Amino acid sequence: MNISLNINGHARAADVEPRVLLVDFLRETLGLTGTKIGCDTGQCGTCTVWLDGRSVKSCTMLAVQADGAEVTTIEGLSQDGQLHALQEGFWEMHGVQCGFCTPGMVMALTDLLRHNAHPSERAIRDWLEGNLCRCTGYHNIVRAVQYAAEKLQRSVGP
Amino acid sequence: MAGKYFGAALKRREDPRMLRGEAQFTADLTLPGMLHMAILRSPHGHARIKAIDTNAAAAMPGVVRVVTAADLDGKMNPMPCVWIPGGVVSHFPSHPMGIPGAGPVLATDRVRFIGDAVAAVVARTRAQAEDALEAIRVDYEVLPAVVNAEEAVKKGAPQLHDEVPGNLNALWTCGNREAADRAIAAAEVVITQTVHNQRMINSPIEPRAALGHYDPATGGYTLWATSQNHHNHRLLLALYILKIPFNKLRLIAPEVGGSFGTKGYVYPDMPLVLFLAKELGQPVKWVDTRTGLMRSTVQGRDQIQYVTLAGTRDGKITALRCTSYANLGAYPSTIGPGVCTAMMGRSITSVYDIENAFCEVYAAFANTVPLGANRGSGRAEAIFLVERLIDRYARAIGMDRVEVRRKNLITPDKFPFDNRMGWLYDSGHYAAALGRVVEMVDYANLEARKAEARQRGKRLGVGIACYVAVCGVGPSPRMSKEGMLGGTWESANVRVHPTGEVSLTVGSKPHGQAHETTFAQILAEELEIDPGLIEVLHSDTKGVPFGQGSYGSRSLSVAGPAIQAAARKALDKARKAAAHLLQAAEEDLVYQGGVFSVRGAPQRSKTLQEVSLALWYAWDLPQGMEPCLDVTSYVDPPDFNFPFGAHAAVVEVDEKTGQVELVRYVAVNDVGNVANPMVIDGQIHGGITHGVGQVLLEAAVYDGDGHLLTDNLRNYALPRASHLPSFELERTVTPTPHNALGAKGAGEVGAIPPAAAIANAVCDALADLGVEHIDMPITAEKVWRAIHDAQAARPAS
Repeated sequence: MNISLNINGHARAADVEPRVLLVDFLRETLGLTGTKIGCDTGQCGTCTVWLDGRSVKSCTMLAVQADGAEVTTIEGLSQDGQLHALQEGFWEMHGVQCGFCTPGMVMALTDLLRHNAHPSERAIRDWLEGNLCRCTGYHNIVRAVQYAAEKLQRSVGP
Repeated sequence: MAGKYFGAALKRREDPRMLRGEAQFTADLTLPGMLHMAILRSPHGHARIKAIDTNAAAAMPGVVRVVTAADLDGKMNPMPCVWIPGGVVSHFPSHPMGIPGAGPVLATDRVRFIGDAVAAVVARTRAQAEDALEAIRVDYEVLPAVVNAEEAVKKGAPQLHDEVPGNLNALWTCGNREAADRAIAAAEVVITQTVHNQRMINSPIEPRAALGHYDPATGGYTLWATSQNHHNHRLLLALYILKIPFNKLRLIAPEVGGSFGTKGYVYPDMPLVLFLAKELGQPVKWVDTRTGLMRSTVQGRDQIQYVTLAGTRDGKITALRCTSYANLGAYPSTIGPGVCTAMMGRSITSVYDIENAFCEVYAAFANTVPLGANRGSGRAEAIFLVERLIDRYARAIGMDRVEVRRKNLITPDKFPFDNRMGWLYDSGHYAAALGRVVEMVDYANLEARKAEARQRGKRLGVGIACYVAVCGVGPSPRMSKEGMLGGTWESANVRVHPTGEVSLTVGSKPHGQAHETTFAQILAEELEIDPGLIEVLHSDTKGVPFGQGSYGSRSLSVAGPAIQAAARKALDKARKAAAHLLQAAEEDLVYQGGVFSVRGAPQRSKTLQEVSLALWYAWDLPQGMEPCLDVTSYVDPPDFNFPFGAHAAVVEVDEKTGQVELVRYVAVNDVGNVANPMVIDGQIHGGITHGVGQVLLEAAVYDGDGHLLTDNLRNYALPRASHLPSFELERTVTPTPHNALGAKGAGEVGAIPPAAAIANAVCDALADLGVEHIDMPITAEKVWRAIHDAQAARPAS
């Protein structure tokens, strides 16, 4: 099937088998390997990308379902080489260890910050239901979100 | 020891590439002409293979080759096990090279566990390879299975290996049986408890992967793999399995997405992709699925322990005895037998001065996935049993649980301390850690907190667990006595380039522990130069000194000293060269901030870079000095080191549902001197979470036929952010005398006491109901039943 979609600001078209998952299309066909595969049942969240403005698990979608959509992957997050406030927060607060869950975490949590500019610790932890990390214990990931929320607030002004 | 760089909470240099999605993990790699491999695994826990028909599979679209054991005959040895429990008789499956065998790469006549590899398919795409798996016809005769170690050694149990009578790999012991038995028989108070330390699936978020390449021009193989042990893997593959020259195998471990012990072992995909890459003349890639990983990578813990603690009525412990049945799985993994014997048995007395102790471990084969290290392996199983028994003892004699611990702690004046089980503790101040954690968790006001919680319908409990953990694996002669067929030293190469940059190559293998950052800090401190000038190279065996890898909490405390040793040798040489160039005596030189200068005449100076350039030119060197500034050190640690600490957990149990909520978690840890406190804290957070997973959520469950019922993340519950509070950490600092950094191991310590602390907290919450023990994982159902059973046992009021 022929599909066309916008990936990280670029229009792309391809002919894909109907059974191909969006995550495999991103990784294998487009070579965007920043998005990861960590499980087979949609639990781990390492495949999280933005689709038409929402964070979604790209392993639970077929590529053909993304026809006509605007997709952003981790590679498309930083603008002009500038890290997003959340990426900066992960760096400052040591929210990254092995790095495998990181792209999915960042894509999921940037969506949280779009919904909720001042998330409480509880709200952050609940938002992370769909993202697993085995290295950090989530402690510093929470701190990273708090850092980013504060930074984004400051840039918005009073 | 805190300096300008050592001890600083520097941000990690690894992060930008990981945050941008640029970090390359094994599954992200592609090579031109690459083919894809899929592995057919056994659907049975135990079965005879009567026939395998691969014809249909071989004819499927895109399939290039299908192989079974018959195709590997004479071309590939079985995998090796390189840990033979020391000092005892043992029985292993065989291997043609006279070492223990860890199972054939592909099953020959029998499959012995659910993930046993039976065949491999190579095709042009991964989907084609996986499609072809379904077309392979295997004629199995299902055999009775045994999945419990205690059952496995009983008469009449299904026998897994002809070479292993009664499925018993070894009966390993340590301590003094007679003294322990005598002390127990004579004791005023005797507590017995059966502990099921359940099987865990390590579950790194990155599945395993391997990519093999063969270059016919050079006869050289390259393997990219999810390895935490690339140097070791090279030896195991080249020497024991593929029988190829060591120098013709290059191993590269790209970014590794967590391991926790799993990725240090040899698995069938590793020799297979290399063999097939040569056979087919094209690179071969294999990537596991989550279910594949859960059915085939080494699993952890899994001991059935019969424990006895004896003591006086006023709180002095006189004896500790443990008989454990440990489940090695269907084959011994690369180092499985060592994990459940020495690492556990020698650790059971922990921080306590217990005069009479004994441990015996029946290490048994059963039809489950092979056993291996799982963060804190052996030590967590030991700490859990002693901490649970101490709480039970305290309640039995009506004494406060913290007071009983205090009364039995090894005091600071007793170091180095021989724990009578085979460890010599280097340094420690256990009472300080315990005292601090008791303060932090507000233990004194426990009753008031319980009353307040009761008003909300919750039963509050506080649990304490102390620990000391053998780390910094390890001194090679000692490891060989324990039965390890390998060396456990580490290496570092320091190369000061003529232009002033420095390359540091280490043998360790980071998989999340920030070695690129912390090792640069160690070297920067020694050379007194900016860490930004130092690049840290690792994870590729080509052109570098020999090395080992990362495991057993050794990178900081074994690789760290190697870095320091190389740095000091380099500075020593540079000083001699600088003195010569400046025509001054060595004693008259001052080295500061990367510059050698003559005392009293600072204008006469040479920077480290100038010295390095001069050594490169070699126009005028001191007599006998070799050109260039390039130094390698191999360091074998003099002994293990012993980090320690005390943790406390506060839980609230809902009486109606049995649900346990972890409300607070407080931890005091002592890992000696710390290179980067932010990195250490991160390791502790992760370790604590690992322990929380075991005590509240996780269990690898098999049915009686050896089917793994928990083989995906829907039915195996990993800790999520919503299960956890933020952690409260503090540190005490008691350096080790065993290395000049004073640094002890740290990577695993967080994972060692939490299960005990939390189990103790739950039992504290339910103590007034008479609940003495609940086995892990402590699910809502188990708690509900315990409350229910305890209430039913009471006379009606």
